[in-house]
Amino acid sequence: MALTQDAVLAGIKEIVVEVAGIDANLIAMDKKFSDDLDVDSLSMVEVVVAAEEKFGVKIPDEEVTKMATVGDAVNYIVANGK
Amino acid sequence: MTQRRRVVVTGLGATTPLGGDVQTTWTNLLAGKSGVRKLEDEWAQEASVTFAARVAVEPSEVMERVEIRRLDRSEQFALIAAREAWKDAGAPDDIDKERLGVVIASGIGGVITLLDQYDVLKTKGPRMVSPHTVPMLMPNGPAANVGLELQARAGVHTPVSACASGAEAAGYALEMIRNNRADIVVTGGVEAAIHQLPMSGFASMKALSTRNDDPAKASRPYDKDRDGFVLGEGGGVLVFEELEHAKARGAKIYAEVMGQGLTSDGYHIAAPDPDGAGVTRAVKFALQDAGIPLSEIVHLNAHATSTPAGDVAEANALANALGSDISHVAVSATKSMTGHLLGGAGAIESIFCVLAMYHHVAPPTINIENLDEAVTVDVVRDVPRDLPKGSIACLNDSFGFGGHNVVLVFRSYEG
Repeated sequence: MALTQDAVLAGIKEIVVEVAGIDANLIAMDKKFSDDLDVDSLSMVEVVVAAEEKFGVKIPDEEVTKMATVGDAVNYIVANGK
Repeated sequence: MTQRRRVVVTGLGATTPLGGDVQTTWTNLLAGKSGVRKLEDEWAQEASVTFAARVAVEPSEVMERVEIRRLDRSEQFALIAAREAWKDAGAPDDIDKERLGVVIASGIGGVITLLDQYDVLKTKGPRMVSPHTVPMLMPNGPAANVGLELQARAGVHTPVSACASGAEAAGYALEMIRNNRADIVVTGGVEAAIHQLPMSGFASMKALSTRNDDPAKASRPYDKDRDGFVLGEGGGVLVFEELEHAKARGAKIYAEVMGQGLTSDGYHIAAPDPDGAGVTRAVKFALQDAGIPLSEIVHLNAHATSTPAGDVAEANALANALGSDISHVAVSATKSMTGHLLGGAGAIESIFCVLAMYHHVAPPTINIENLDEAVTVDVVRDVPRDLPKGSIACLNDSFGFGGHNVVLVFRSYEG
């Protein structure tokens, strides 16, 4: 079954809440990881590893550098997940 | 020649086995309470030593979950103590940050993080090792995190000299202000090493007390039956400030930092020099640096860790350094209550010295049932002792594996 955008967003929310302690209601597709959600470059590694585990998708480093917003990450996972 | 810049203490913060802040710690210290307890950890149940002095208040009770996640336990202690000290100093946030420094030490650094992440590596593989591992395990992490929070830009430093680290940090902070690199320096020491591996290492050295049947009585400096030190955790932070700077902003002044003496033994990696020559020289240098007569020294917070060799070597060295003037020096061994905080010891004991000068009272030493006859200094036993009124001064000495000797001098501030 393909991953839906809603399902992936919900999963990313859970991860960011755990990693950065941000209120889930503040996490949305247009939010920037570093500026809006207190996810710095080190914490981004945590988010990526957790997302890979959760969705069974490999996210290469060069893709991670392009993921400025939550939406960037969600769209990549939806497009590349199984 | 311009006069030397004077340095005073304007803020204190601590989290120790006796309390989650300075006031609680000090109250319990004067009451002669022990912070040593049986360990609840599973690994400790089968260990040769089953007790230690954990902090009285867990960091998770006073810090956000995410902050805890990104900080080693030693870094958590540093931030908790620094926040209290900064607030106590009146939170002088409008200081030029290029004139604000941090010197916070640790003896071992983030050893618990290192060992926990090694477990992750072995059980889950390298990919699951936390990206926060290195910033959490580096020994300068506690200083760096406090520096970041306060935006200190005059310099952030971490002297490492085992159990002398906390005292060496205070000495470094003193020089930073004297040398006009900074007007305020937040200084201290922390340690978080209550874990199976460091405890096993200390136990293998025969350095730890094995009084498993009576933990609260295990730390007994100067007692005939002392059998080793008790590992403690936590830390202390002091705000050092240039005198005129402190006066200009109307800060509360606890005491003056008068001087320091530093030497090394060149004798053995872990054992103290039985002659204590290095300690004697450090005391002399500290008194010279402070520029005060010996007769003004009325109190000493001793290193006295409760090891058979160390306590007597230290007492002899002090007797040598202080000569016939020793009778008016009230000696307190506060590790009898706090356990030994390693890199945090010199910091919390500096706080105890500062409060002893401020309140004119010396804290007690507990658990001396039979005083070792080789101890010739005047030990304050069981209950606190009032110190003379007027201008008084005291010494805080700290020694570390490696042969490091640090002696600090504090004096009451009379305005």
